[in-house]
Amino acid sequence: MASNKDSFGRTLFVVVGLCFICSVLVSATAVLLRPIQIENKLLDKQKYILEAAGLLNPKAAPLAKAEVLAIYNKFVVAKLVDLKTGAWVEGKADLFDADKEARDVKNSFRPKNDIASVKRVANTAVVYVVNDEQGKLKTLILPIKGYGLWSTMYAFLAVDPDVNTIQSLVYYSFTGSGETPGLGGEVQNPKWMEKWHGKKLYDDKGQLAISVTKIPSVASSIHGIDALSGATLTSNGVQYSLEFWLGEEGFAHFIEKFRNGGLS
Amino acid sequence: MASAKELKQILSGPILNNNPIALQVLGVCSALAVTSKLETAFVMTIALTAVTALSNLFISMLRNQIPSSVRIIVQMTIIASLVIVVDQFLQAYAYDISKQLSVFVGLIITNCIVMGRAEAYAMKTPPMMSFMDGIGNGLGYGAILMSVSFVRELFGNGSLFGIEILSKISDGGWYQPNGLLLLPPSAFFLIGALIWIIRTIKPDQVEAKG
Repeated sequence: MASNKDSFGRTLFVVVGLCFICSVLVSATAVLLRPIQIENKLLDKQKYILEAAGLLNPKAAPLAKAEVLAIYNKFVVAKLVDLKTGAWVEGKADLFDADKEARDVKNSFRPKNDIASVKRVANTAVVYVVNDEQGKLKTLILPIKGYGLWSTMYAFLAVDPDVNTIQSLVYYSFTGSGETPGLGGEVQNPKWMEKWHGKKLYDDKGQLAISVTKIPSVASSIHGIDALSGATLTSNGVQYSLEFWLGEEGFAHFIEKFRNGGLS
Repeated sequence: MASAKELKQILSGPILNNNPIALQVLGVCSALAVTSKLETAFVMTIALTAVTALSNLFISMLRNQIPSSVRIIVQMTIIASLVIVVDQFLQAYAYDISKQLSVFVGLIITNCIVMGRAEAYAMKTPPMMSFMDGIGNGLGYGAILMSVSFVRELFGNGSLFGIEILSKISDGGWYQPNGLLLLPPSAFFLIGALIWIIRTIKPDQVEAKG
């Protein structure tokens, strides 16, 4: 038997056969479980949106799936925005995948001033509109992203209806933060996240003034956030993400239109 | 067919007498990373046990067919496929935990315990006993993981399985948590201490000097 099983033809047969069986097994699992995994990711995202809107306490016991969905469906509406015109567009906003869309050349553009290293941006973006119990607008949530030190960081920026006062900035990731744990990874530290609450994005002249800074006098002002110590590049990434997404090639047109009451 | 007693020996041997971490000193890297909480350690144990047992089973079933020139690659293919399947299941049914385990589930592929048992045991032994050996080694790995994470979570975070046992000062209690225990290096000290204790009780595990 020994010489037989080591023959060339036999080796080839075993290897090809094994590869075939293994690939069928792996792809079958991946395909069959995919719907459940997508649902999990969506639910996870909705939890972060609720957290950004202050509707979910991250420290409290985790809620069941149905409870999260119930809160989400009651208060949050996802809407699509055309970044160039700033107007609402029709579409399935809840399932919108900005990263996937940005890979499609037809539906995306390459930003001229790419300070946050986003490479390509989809023409449309999702905005989450959060209402209170009375159905009055309470919060706008803008998804932003930008490169930190090691990875693209994703966050939800929650602002008051004046699109100036920050309610929260929640960094999230599906695979664990790619930034250095203990340094850049502190963007997800609740104590640091608290610092954003109540800060103003724009100054009196309407210029973007928010600043993640090391200078104590600026950090304590209404536009300043104390940068993360030991994580200059991650802090810069946060700053550039905000500047990019609130700028001309980000949500600027939408924000202008929204403030002027052109959207309802 | 092996007798029941023999099977029991195969199953329980790796837990104390021939522990993959404490005696064979394999799989330490993941033991440092996933033991800051009991929950992740527990899921990692199950994942590793499933992979080791099934890879041992399949490799043992194929052991007379696998050409020796490509046997390591064949073993890797089987192990890698199983790991991907386990990872997909975790992402579907234990999403939060799979997020915390992050890369370490994928790294089971390179976990020395799995490869070691496949090459050293399953290639020579019938399927049933190989399967039991896989479960035994998974449990042996798990026993160390659980003891380490028990100490780390209890004294590092004041809780067990996320349930508060010692109330922390930051939550208005009396317990000042030991921050070192939440960092990976602490697992080194704990595993070292465990190896010391096991070898004091069982001096035959001490390597010969020479």
